[in-house]
Amino acid sequence: MSSDFKKIISAPAELTDNRESKCPVVLMTRVRLARNLADHRFPGRADAAERQDVLRQCQESLSETPGLKRSTSARIEDLSPAERLLLVERHLISRELSGTGKGSGVVINRDQSISVMVNEEDHLRIQVLRTGFQLRKAWTTIDALDSALEQSLNYAFSAKLGYLTACPTNLGTGLRASAMMHLPALVIAGQMEKVVRAVNQLGMVVRGQFGEGSDASGSIFQISNQTTLGETETVIIKRLQNVLKSIVEHELNARDRLLENDPAKLPDKIGRAFGVLNHAHLISSAEAMNLLSLVRLGVDLGYFPEEQRVGIDRLFIESQPGHIQHRAGQTEIESDERDRLRAEHLRSEFAKFSTPVYEPSRKRLN
Amino acid sequence: MASPLKCDLCDNQATVHLTQIVNHKVHKVDLCEACAQAKGVTDPSGFSLADLLLKASLNPEPPAASGLRCARCGFVPEDFKKTGRFGCPHCYDTLTGLVDPMLENMHKGTQHSGKVPERAIARKSLQDRLSTLETNLQTAIEAERYEDAAKFRDEILQVREAAGLPTPSA
Repeated sequence: MSSDFKKIISAPAELTDNRESKCPVVLMTRVRLARNLADHRFPGRADAAERQDVLRQCQESLSETPGLKRSTSARIEDLSPAERLLLVERHLISRELSGTGKGSGVVINRDQSISVMVNEEDHLRIQVLRTGFQLRKAWTTIDALDSALEQSLNYAFSAKLGYLTACPTNLGTGLRASAMMHLPALVIAGQMEKVVRAVNQLGMVVRGQFGEGSDASGSIFQISNQTTLGETETVIIKRLQNVLKSIVEHELNARDRLLENDPAKLPDKIGRAFGVLNHAHLISSAEAMNLLSLVRLGVDLGYFPEEQRVGIDRLFIESQPGHIQHRAGQTEIESDERDRLRAEHLRSEFAKFSTPVYEPSRKRLN
Repeated sequence: MASPLKCDLCDNQATVHLTQIVNHKVHKVDLCEACAQAKGVTDPSGFSLADLLLKASLNPEPPAASGLRCARCGFVPEDFKKTGRFGCPHCYDTLTGLVDPMLENMHKGTQHSGKVPERAIARKSLQDRLSTLETNLQTAIEAERYEDAAKFRDEILQVREAAGLPTPSA
């Protein structure tokens, strides 16, 4: 493992260590922009030489961009499968990029709140990621970064179709804004299907935690805008923001109703989850997601102190297979052994947690 | 009164009107008798409007598709059918017959109204201007029109200077 890469992996990160903007329901917000260089074929059609050329140009510009001065830059081909997996689990690169061949790269800033993928589906996929519900802030950051990059890169742009992208579904703004939503009460109450339908009708998409095709373990869903052409970035973000706010409201209402109609149900689930996390010796990553999800709900309901939220959010990431392997200092561990190591890590972390206090009247945080 | 609807696939008057809800979206198709027959729409049980819509928007009928080819990267509509991705930014200029029908149902609109890369555009128009002037200069020299050549040379110097680019000392 290169020393640069090691530094990135062990540094405090926005997603796992920023305590300040943690909140119930919205785990993190993310904004990405798709950009391409004029006069170059898109990555999927470019030959090796052209991909290298694009990668070199982009890396050069990125390294001179304010905000990315102290970033780490890596070529995907130089990273081992285990290292790529770590980056996927941290939402810093996509599964698609992780599987690409020569001439792809990634640039990640120090606190891992910015990552730029080079030669994924488009020449550039710029991403800003914030813990909690901070869509506008994420947009401001990425807007400035994009404008700075444009000083030295010739973007492919047309007055009619906006930023030109390999896939026509990203034309126009090239903007995809999303939030990772923690919706356990809506799942328990069987209302998710209704929510998904309503959200679709508003032109938004609901996916699992790791994007297209991933499952919704831990009751975590990614909700994002679907269309990119014909509206300004601000309008797109504002509409998403409103939809997300109303989903937060629905989730909180669903929690209220569950507590009213079946007062023992949620405390029971949360207490059991806490028990298993404290005492189990084998836990799969899907089970870990579901248990951690319930304990996070416990923090929202005031059963655990607010300070423990950041630890739970970190464990969501540290319980993924790549992180379990990384912690053990190995590159490939059988899944049974991973389950044992995962349970061991969770036990040691939850030993530091205070035991839940099931107050009859809970605080409502939003 | 509204003018009679035209068939979505040809220009005849549409007599078959279908509405179907797919993925919570309302799709409407208007077809003439002949096209409806050809697409098997007359048998509603075995027919998916979604397929028809998808095919109609992704694979324009032969007159539009045949001979389409991106002059820059050689991309042809069949490539899009395989990958769902275009070949290069110029495909959007050279393959409008493929792009335009596709965009109708894809986005909120078909005209970009968001951010514009001001500097990149300014830089591009500067480059275009300079390369036109360089061409003019060469042509003038070759034709031994030295007065014109001097004019172009001065103009190039002026443009470069105004843009803060290095000016070769003659």
